[in-house]
Amino acid sequence: MPQQIPVVDYLELGDRPHLRARECTACGALYFDRRNACAKCFGTEFTARALSNHGRLRAFTFVHRVKRPFVSAIVELDGGGVVKANLLGVEDPEQITPRLPVVLETYAVGTDDEGTEAIAFGYRPQGGEK
Amino acid sequence: MSSGDVWIIGAAMTPFGRFADKDLLDLASEAAMGALADADTSMADIGILAMGNVYEANSHNGQRLQKQIGQTGIPVYNVVNACATGATAVRVVMMSIAAGECDSGLAVGVEKMGKMGMLGGAAKPRPDKKVYQPKGRYGSVLKTEGVLGTGLMPGVFAMAGMEYALEHGVTATHFAKVAQKNHAHSTLNPLAQYQKEFSLEEILSAEMISYPNTLPMCCPTGDGAAAVVLVSDAKLKTLDPDVRRRAVKISASVMTSDPWSKSGQVQPDVNTLTRQAADMAYEKAGIGPQDLDLVELHDCFATAELLHYDNLRLCPPGGAGDFIDSGAPWRDGSIPVNVSGGLLSKGHPLGATGVANIYEVVTHLRGEAGARQIPGAKVGLTHVIGLASACAVHILEAGVRR
Repeated sequence: MPQQIPVVDYLELGDRPHLRARECTACGALYFDRRNACAKCFGTEFTARALSNHGRLRAFTFVHRVKRPFVSAIVELDGGGVVKANLLGVEDPEQITPRLPVVLETYAVGTDDEGTEAIAFGYRPQGGEK
Repeated sequence: MSSGDVWIIGAAMTPFGRFADKDLLDLASEAAMGALADADTSMADIGILAMGNVYEANSHNGQRLQKQIGQTGIPVYNVVNACATGATAVRVVMMSIAAGECDSGLAVGVEKMGKMGMLGGAAKPRPDKKVYQPKGRYGSVLKTEGVLGTGLMPGVFAMAGMEYALEHGVTATHFAKVAQKNHAHSTLNPLAQYQKEFSLEEILSAEMISYPNTLPMCCPTGDGAAAVVLVSDAKLKTLDPDVRRRAVKISASVMTSDPWSKSGQVQPDVNTLTRQAADMAYEKAGIGPQDLDLVELHDCFATAELLHYDNLRLCPPGGAGDFIDSGAPWRDGSIPVNVSGGLLSKGHPLGATGVANIYEVVTHLRGEAGARQIPGAKVGLTHVIGLASACAVHILEAGVRR
């Protein structure tokens, strides 16, 4: 198996890939990027928190006029956290219903000149898993 | 200290479009000198200059403009605040007058974008050898656009629209109707970049850019400038009756940024700060949405305009789809919205936009809008939003005829 690296550091690989957020210890606000202070309560202590792989679709768009058209989505995760990623396995806006349940999926998105695979994540409608 | 009202006594804009034969300063000078002439004043009477411009903001264009229109030693502020840049320049002048630092000022907004394509992305040169290396605050090893969703403007505003659509049962046709209206309005505005009417069918079947926004549902890039001259209440009283008669009162001027929200950390929330700005402006002016004769709002994409019907309280909560169906925002409807053609057809040279929508409302309140005049207009609202995020709302009122 080639060496792997997540496309962003908040994606944890391993046996059960999942997202990991930085949680403000004072107010519980969640961030995927490094913060100097909490934008909600101004606290400065953060701790790592694993997020659910299941969530519901909140918004989407089918992006065209690009080399490889894709579906961008905003997903509200069960138990907390809102994330932006691609929606996988959906061909037509008519297939999308309000609060569609989705589940996280990882896949290789590229390989660098040293053979390391970059692993991305997206969300697939529940029941449509590969 | 003066605590009185601040008035607009001069307003001008260049046509919006693509002008290869004019540079940034030509456009800015044309608008600035136009506004000064309109106000029957000159740089000799101006106590502050604010210059709004986005893409060349590090060139000190305010000072460069002075060299074209008059160097008098006054303070100059170069302003950049995304798509709210022009409105921010107006507010800088207004705050200076309200603080009593001066009694007369000039705000200019200008942009030269040409045909630059979709906003929000910039290409970087490739290194010779590709080795994944986590970078930045997300530790990303590659460009995530298209991999982890989209951050480009067409997609961001499409998602904002679809969030509303999923929640309130709005359809792609509702959004297309916004573009149909604004393109129809633009045929009466000789300053608009595009002055062409489209049928609903043409809009729905046009090239898809980012669902549900097709090409005519996205604003173009372009060039243009606009300028306004502001004075204090005390200064206005000393001016010629013809200037006083055409003066327009700034009844409210509000600026907001994003308050913290859960989803706002990954997807710009264009709604909350707009609602807050609108509510503050209505309260400050003592005017409600039902009192408005016209609204110029930030329709960078058709989806955005529909959301802002709701955000600016022009319709009941969740009722933006019914609002466009009813014909209310058409120029002969109950609250005409974007009778200039809006950003969708008038154009959106970023720095100029927040001044140009003030020009539009001022022109109607003076009864000087020609073929596109909203008859008897007395009160108007302007709105701009830049990501992520700056929102400005102005409420303007025709002066007492004295």
